[in-house]
Amino acid sequence: MPFLGRLTWADIPFDNPIEMGAVVFMGLVVAAVLGVVTYYRAWGYLWKEWITSVDHKRIGVMYIVLALVMLLRGFSDAIMMRTQQAMAFDNHPGYLPPGHYDQIFSAHGVIMIFFMAMPFMIGLMNIAVPLQIGARDVAFPFLNSISFWLTAVSVGLVNLSLAIGEFAKTGWLAYPPLSELQFSPGVGVDYYIWSLQISGIGTLLTGINFFVTILKMRCPGMTYMKMPVFVWTALCTNVLIMAAFPILTVTLALLTLDRYLGMHFFTNDLGGNQMMYVNLIWAWGHPEVYILILPAFGVFSEVVPTFSRKPLFGYASMVMATVAITFLSFVVWLHHFFTMGSGADVNAFFGITTMIIAIPTGVKIFNWLFTIFRGRVEFSTPILWTLGFMVTFTIGGMTGVMLAVPGADFVLHNSLFLIAHFHNVIIGGVVFGYLAGLAYWFPKAFGFKLNETWGKRAFWFWLVGFYVAFMPLYVLGFLGMTRRMNHYDNPAWTPWLEIACAGALLIMCGIICQVVQIYVSIRDRKNNIDLTGDPWNGRTLEWSVSSPPPFYNFAKTPVVHALDALEDLKTRGIVQQRDEAYEDIHMPRNTPAGFMIAVAAAVMGFALIWHIWWMAALGVLAGIATLIWRTCDDDIDYWVPASEVARIEGEHLERVEAGRATVPGRLFEVAGE
Amino acid sequence: MPDQVLTAHPEHGEHHGPGPNTVFGFWLYLMTDCILFATIFAAFAVSRHQYAGGPTGHDIFDLKYVGVETALLLISSVTYGFAMLSAFKGDRSLVMLWLGITFLFGLGFVGMEINEFSHLVAEGHGPDRSAFLSSFFTLVATHGTHVTLGLVWMMTLMLQLAIKKPPLEGVYMNRLMCLSLFWHFLDIVWICVFTFVYLMGV
Amino acid sequence: MADLHGAHGGHGHGAHGHAAHGHGASGRTLEGASHGSVQSYVIGFILSVILTGVAFGLMMVPTGLSHDTTLLLIALLAVVQIFVHLVCFLHMNTHSEQRWNVVAFGFAVLTLAILIIGSLWIMHNISVNMMVHSGPMPEM
Repeated sequence: MPFLGRLTWADIPFDNPIEMGAVVFMGLVVAAVLGVVTYYRAWGYLWKEWITSVDHKRIGVMYIVLALVMLLRGFSDAIMMRTQQAMAFDNHPGYLPPGHYDQIFSAHGVIMIFFMAMPFMIGLMNIAVPLQIGARDVAFPFLNSISFWLTAVSVGLVNLSLAIGEFAKTGWLAYPPLSELQFSPGVGVDYYIWSLQISGIGTLLTGINFFVTILKMRCPGMTYMKMPVFVWTALCTNVLIMAAFPILTVTLALLTLDRYLGMHFFTNDLGGNQMMYVNLIWAWGHPEVYILILPAFGVFSEVVPTFSRKPLFGYASMVMATVAITFLSFVVWLHHFFTMGSGADVNAFFGITTMIIAIPTGVKIFNWLFTIFRGRVEFSTPILWTLGFMVTFTIGGMTGVMLAVPGADFVLHNSLFLIAHFHNVIIGGVVFGYLAGLAYWFPKAFGFKLNETWGKRAFWFWLVGFYVAFMPLYVLGFLGMTRRMNHYDNPAWTPWLEIACAGALLIMCGIICQVVQIYVSIRDRKNNIDLTGDPWNGRTLEWSVSSPPPFYNFAKTPVVHALDALEDLKTRGIVQQRDEAYEDIHMPRNTPAGFMIAVAAAVMGFALIWHIWWMAALGVLAGIATLIWRTCDDDIDYWVPASEVARIEGEHLERVEAGRATVPGRLFEVAGE
Repeated sequence: MPDQVLTAHPEHGEHHGPGPNTVFGFWLYLMTDCILFATIFAAFAVSRHQYAGGPTGHDIFDLKYVGVETALLLISSVTYGFAMLSAFKGDRSLVMLWLGITFLFGLGFVGMEINEFSHLVAEGHGPDRSAFLSSFFTLVATHGTHVTLGLVWMMTLMLQLAIKKPPLEGVYMNRLMCLSLFWHFLDIVWICVFTFVYLMGV
Repeated sequence: MADLHGAHGGHGHGAHGHAAHGHGASGRTLEGASHGSVQSYVIGFILSVILTGVAFGLMMVPTGLSHDTTLLLIALLAVVQIFVHLVCFLHMNTHSEQRWNVVAFGFAVLTLAILIIGSLWIMHNISVNMMVHSGPMPEM
């Protein structure tokens, strides 16, 4: 048994200039980051304050940073695909050979769903939910740290596949038999499997964590029907996570058993049934897309009332619509494989349920519209993303209802029409929603607002770019072009593909604007300070603490009397006072254990991919040992003395009062004014 | 004082560290484990007749053997229950005794299962022989792996109790409770295994 | 509760109004769960032995019953035994503090049912619609 399994020098793609270019670029970025941290001697700070942190606010920021970096990686895959398709007509093979192209579209999907959208969403939940319910942290802060680091090391594995080995060439769901050993003997599918399994555990733990947090840690007075809608959507999302992710775990595990131990769940021979894989993976996959969209809906339900200066219209129906979507999302999954061979009765059932699930979403859209109606709308960046979402998502939803008709789906399945539809709802819904949430909660996390000008520019590039990039794909779907094509010879398709490529470049401009926005916002942060903690005149509790909040969130646990708790407190004239009687606050200690467990998992994953069995065993043992070591540790929490709390609160109040004297304007709307 | 805030609002006050939330959170994890097993059961249900010319359940299942395994696991559930009762009385040495007995019965169960598997593999009826055998081995071994991890947990707890001698409350009571949920849950899964796999497969 | 550091080291979280249970202070348990008794475990054990014995007996000893009836009976016996375990070993009840545990369990069972029944329906339907190849049809 070779010392390093099946790993050899030949697994580094020296012969592929594009891949090597990407690897070198990645390496330079990593080196630059490490260099900067070293130059500023920030390793100690990073370790103490971020890597070992169990603070949900810090963890949330790290998740979102991860997501934004992976947005860049996933988007570069997209640009590569668009340019390839724009040029690869007839004689021209394009610049990406099929094997490489297949890895790119697979990586694009995996990265965007698992390593951009999921972390982004979990990051927003981390930042907002505990603050919105008046809690000091999540139910299980240590598990929160484990969850983040498991996701982070999975990102590492996926990116490592570019440098050492290859990625899956199977598409983002890795259907057998293509993903079986017979047709994918390399390491690509194994990278896929292990990065998803490891991050999947992190996600499952998050689901449990936030469900318990929301159920059990709301501040006094916050009954279920007084929770912000974002909290409701987070609650339902976590239910979906808990119910669906075990299915993904098992399905990938069965594929793993086929590949590693020669079993026959999904092989061509000895009784395997590939269609069961498709069935199971979509039984997870459909709830997954609702996991992605519900928090986005939640963001809109926060943004719309805030920037319309009106309470949300139809709160109760919003809650019920969310719960309805949660339940219904479990009975629609066959619509992803209408064409796989089931009969008309099965197809009809799932087609009907799929159409039904559009109804509660429609209820939500009308509620947002009625909220905006007769409001005093301020066209900030978050509202722009929201308005863009409403138009775009509606179109995408309608094409979804078209696809829900099995007969139509037989024509359109796996064509570019499908690709256009799901990008329509994912970009228009999920991405626009999370970017709105980012703009909305950025000041809370960092203490200063993002630059509005560049934010608006980014929005317009994204919006126009999206339509230019994806509307042609609907046309191409009708013209018969299927998905995942690396080369084609139908001249009618070329103009549309070229337009689509132009659209992708417009989106790229949008992303560049966002990078500039971050730079400019940091550069100008002293001019954009969020002094009071309430930059938008918000309605919910997160805006009642400073920006950024003190590490313990609330000096005194708030008591809530109504929906839109902060708005209610403002109307009652309850303003934060000095010299309140503060109490000692109980806080968890930071710990390296989460990070260490994740590193052990990464070692195990890498070793299993390359068949380095001794290293895999070591990884597993190290992970278990770390966990046991942690359980033997009795020193895992501490008390913050009331005097320290008073000092921190006093400083914040002083800053606010000093600012009040010098900075005029809307920032300081108080009760009754 | 924070204590009073917490007692006044046990569901609304902030809790850090162990508390009823830990046990509730663990229960939720067990529900996800339920769905995990359900998925494997679904795969088994679909593959249960895919013998591919190899052996069927009737050929390889020995119900008397399975009956003994079932008895071992059931008895271990009861002995764990006695461990919990001792824990509520605060009697650490009695807890250790019952945990030890539970451990032995659990170990016996796992041992019998490994024995069954090694015989099957030696006869050429391993999980790579057919889809039926793949799903049989996977379902039963997943349960067995859970039991094994439970035994590791149990051993760790016993060592911690013996060495650190902590009071049987708070953190350690929670851990005993969580392991109790885990252990009984595994017995429930076993009911489904012996019913739907062994009894119905024979 | 862990040893607490800081200026207020004396804050044990021991006493939390659970003293009435008469066992180790702060015995945080499955919320509101009764803690069981020797009785519940013994009853549960005996019932389980009976239910298991009958199920095994039905398969090992020739009875006059048809195959389908036998399978149905065995399935029912399993369901009953699961409830015995839930009540006697896990002390599940309808106490208000346990409500969320029961809800979670109910949701898990619902999901499990949809998954298993849905998968069986779908896969059976697909196999029925598959064209006949040389060789035996996949039997569902």
